Amino acid sequence: MTQLALVIDLNVCVGCHACVTSCKEWNTSGQAGPMFDDNPYGQDPTGTFFNRVQTYEIGEFPNTETVHFPKSCLHCEDAPCVPVCPTGASFKRTEDGIVLVDYDKCIGCKYCSWACPYGAREFDEQQKVMKKCTLCVDRIYDQSLPPAERRPACVMSCPTSARLFGDVHDPDSEVSIAIRERGGYQLMPEWGTKPANHYLPRRKTRKVIHEDELVRSDNPLRKEEIESEHSRAPTLDDWLM
Amino acid sequence: MHPAFSVIFLTTLIGVGQGLFLALVTGESYAAVNLLPQQSSREFYAVGALLAMLFLIGGLIASIFHLGHPERGWRAATRWRTSWLSREVIVLPLMMGLVFLYGVVHFFDWHPDLFGVGTRNQLTLVIGAIGTVVAFALFVSTGMVYASIKFLQEWASPLTVVNYILLGGASGFTFATAFVAYNAPDLVTFYGTWAIIITFAALVGRVGSLFRNARIKRHSNIQSAIGVRHPRIQQKAMGFMGGSYNTREYHHGKGISALKSVRWTFLILTFVVPLLLLWIGIAGNGTILLAAFGVQYVGLLFERWFFLAQANHPQNLYYQTI
Ligand code: SF4
Ligand code: SF4
Repeated sequence: MTQLALVIDLNVCVGCHACVTSCKEWNTSGQAGPMFDDNPYGQDPTGTFFNRVQTYEIGEFPNTETVHFPKSCLHCEDAPCVPVCPTGASFKRTEDGIVLVDYDKCIGCKYCSWACPYGAREFDEQQKVMKKCTLCVDRIYDQSLPPAERRPACVMSCPTSARLFGDVHDPDSEVSIAIRERGGYQLMPEWGTKPANHYLPRRKTRKVIHEDELVRSDNPLRKEEIESEHSRAPTLDDWLM
Repeated sequence: MHPAFSVIFLTTLIGVGQGLFLALVTGESYAAVNLLPQQSSREFYAVGALLAMLFLIGGLIASIFHLGHPERGWRAATRWRTSWLSREVIVLPLMMGLVFLYGVVHFFDWHPDLFGVGTRNQLTLVIGAIGTVVAFALFVSTGMVYASIKFLQEWASPLTVVNYILLGGASGFTFATAFVAYNAPDLVTFYGTWAIIITFAALVGRVGSLFRNARIKRHSNIQSAIGVRHPRIQQKAMGFMGGSYNTREYHHGKGISALKSVRWTFLILTFVVPLLLLWIGIAGNGTILLAAFGVQYVGLLFERWFFLAQANHPQNLYYQTI
């Protein structure tokens, strides 16, 4: 069984919102109709988005770290939003595990959005139906696109490759390996929703430099006869001779 | 959560309707075993059923305002296997159908001797018994719509369902007391006593849930929300500035003090004042009893607002700072 998902690397996300913009661009132009923007150029603009990038500060100054945190539907394996839908408009595809809303069946009761602990669903005030990330289902199977472009718009646009896309049930996929080897985790595991999307934690890249590494044993200063504090230190030749 | 007026009116109005129907059937069963004087089918039960029907229709109309696409509303009956909302959507028309049937049979004074025991009201008692089961099923469905969402911890409790039953019952019996004051004065003591008992029980249940909710231990926190184990995490940006569905739907948008004053308002209007008025009016004063219902209904509007507003959705963890 396939479960398509995103794996988001918080270590490299720079919070540029490119995924937000390209998600909106792709999905507002699709056959499912536009994603409504209310008052886009006026005061208090608001609109429907599938994907948001948030920013958090961890720790206390000066020991702080900034984490940019993209959030969209996590395509939960045990999606609580699906069984509560009275119409069956919300459903989880058996073939690839994508959670979708059938906009032609949705009655706009908003009950599913109450049942998503992550706030991943947004109501479209114009179409009066519930909307959410589709994992670009209208793109990833499109045979007319070159294979390299059959990926969600957000993944395509990310300049730092913070977003990986693939089948988390296939142990040899890029995403499974990333989750396995780089400490991939799920959001709010306490509710048993088993989100398919995973996040890769921040990592510290440290390089230890020892004192003697600051002075090259093959001392170029001495060779070049530049007078300095270190120019008298031995060179490699001194040891060899 | 952001309380929607459609939901407030839907749940309170159908609560009165169901409670009133239960009150009629209770009176009829007492009368069947001669504990109460028998009432006229047409003037008492048929009129009572009509009033219950009006409350249910009012609730149904309110619910339509909640939907983005009411014209597809029929689809909501399809997922009854998994969705409590779907179950509610099925049971509500069923309830209305039974109240209608009950009223019509009474209106035409149709009392066939079904069981060969020679007493009146056999058919209507059968409809009443089925209706009672359905009324409780509707209360349970309505309550479970809220109680079944486990991460809305204020709602996820059996007390939610119990309170829907008790509050609906209380308002229905209070209305019935006012109704009989005009229609069958010798029943005022009977209905008034029940109204007081149920209102008091509802007070206990509701205060119980207030106590429970004041002591909730949250399962989710900002650490589990973004998956970073650090005691100090601060949101710096939610990703947009103009607000979104996430900032509108999941928060009542009022301050703590407003919430507190609504809580006191509903406790006084739903329980204290009606209990007092019922106690005074039980002597048979129709105006006071009607006032008791009026005050209690307004109180229930506040109660439902508070019930919806108090629930704290874990998604709010992601929306703390613009
Ligand atoms: S993240 Fe929310 S909307 Fe997406 S599958 Fe999980 S519960 Fe449903
Ligand atoms: S808003 Fe639409 S998708 Fe969500 S529960 Fe209601 S009918 Fe289902």
